[in-house]
Amino acid sequence: MIKKVKEALFEPLFDNNPIALQILGICSALAVTTKMDKTLVMCIAVVVVTALSNFSVSLIRNYIPSSIRIIVQMTIIASLVIMTDQVLKAYVFGVAKEMSVFIGLIITNCIVMGRAEGYAMKNPPFMSLLDGIGNGLGYSVVLIFVAAFRELFGSGKILGYTILKTTTEGGSFQPNGLALLAPSAFFLIGFFIWALRTWKPEQIEES
Amino acid sequence: MQKDSVAGTLTIAAILCVVCSVLVASAAVLLKPLQEANKKYDMKKNMLLSSGLLKDPKADKEEVLEIFEKVNSEIIDLATGEELEDPPENFDQRKAAKHPNFSVDIAGSADLAKIKRRSKYARIYKVMDGEQIQMYILPVNGKGLWSTLYGFLAMSPDFQTVRGLGFYEHAETPGLGGEVDNPSWKAQWAGKKIYDENLEPQIQVVKGSVDSSDPDKEYKVDGLSGATITSNGVENLLRYWLGENGFKPFIENELRKSEQ
Repeated sequence: MIKKVKEALFEPLFDNNPIALQILGICSALAVTTKMDKTLVMCIAVVVVTALSNFSVSLIRNYIPSSIRIIVQMTIIASLVIMTDQVLKAYVFGVAKEMSVFIGLIITNCIVMGRAEGYAMKNPPFMSLLDGIGNGLGYSVVLIFVAAFRELFGSGKILGYTILKTTTEGGSFQPNGLALLAPSAFFLIGFFIWALRTWKPEQIEES
Repeated sequence: MQKDSVAGTLTIAAILCVVCSVLVASAAVLLKPLQEANKKYDMKKNMLLSSGLLKDPKADKEEVLEIFEKVNSEIIDLATGEELEDPPENFDQRKAAKHPNFSVDIAGSADLAKIKRRSKYARIYKVMDGEQIQMYILPVNGKGLWSTLYGFLAMSPDFQTVRGLGFYEHAETPGLGGEVDNPSWKAQWAGKKIYDENLEPQIQVVKGSVDSSDPDKEYKVDGLSGATITSNGVENLLRYWLGENGFKPFIENELRKSEQ
């Protein structure tokens, strides 16, 4: 049992990472990683939504008619995302405002739907909850990696604290404009996948 | 009842819809007061930050509200420059600019700020020092390269000098046009002049930096390097909002009042 719990929670971190191995959820990894604080809120939101949607779908999995199962999952995910969005707007307004539509777009994040359909439909609620948290964390690992590089090289800061003083503020660091634009996240995710597959060669696909 | 039968499918779908809509609706209704309060507070903070009354963007709530105590807001009719007798409740200038009853089209040639429509009314702020007006704060907006910039312009009571200019919302390129948020660029605005003696806006955002021997240097501000279109956008939106179609009738009124 403990082994299974560990597997559900930690396997998605590196061994079966939703972004790096399954290549899901790339869209939001580009959009919300210019600053670390936005990224952290996004990560928490995705962990919560994936965990709760997995849990709720699993709870009613034996009652879901197979002909409308995708719509049922979608409705549950959408409701959870809207509620998350409302809570963020009420309690962390500043960050929620900067993230604008991207919280709402968690609905279309393939990881959430993928886990509901791929795992929660076949497994009991508790394990599905753990699997949701695990996959949310796997997503978070990549996002935090990308955000750390983008914020550091793009504005010389981490979480708003100056690490490298930029030339515009009288320091000697020339910020890299590319790091602030979406394409840089592609490069960073590429490097992440490269490093991961060098470490774990079994993830390399046969050509 | 079979879950895969037609009746079963419909029942499950109906139950799911009811449960989900109740959850979503109650979240929205219960959290609404908090969200509204956040929005109002956010607007106040933006206004104080843009105008330079508040320096630290991380300032806590008490400080922001304390400074805001000195601020009076008024809703004016832009065409006449007079304060409205009974202003619409919960007036939101940005929503009004899209509402057919509350907005007017701007003729192409007059549309320096490239915003196409503007609200008939505007919410302006007077920062008071006792009975004396210390500063006027006017909302401005206009097109940059990618986006509409929304901000506030703070001016001295005689409308001669700028006290500050800042934008609270835009989507210009980070690092280029996005440098409109750079504190050292914003700092240049304080002390600049906008109007000549005939009350015509003369402000310019120049390419490169302003020559210190230039006799008109008070009317000129350094452009943002690599962001000519954003810089021009800022110049044009100021010229629009301070011109005939913008706040000029209001400004003339205020100047007349202060002469009496």
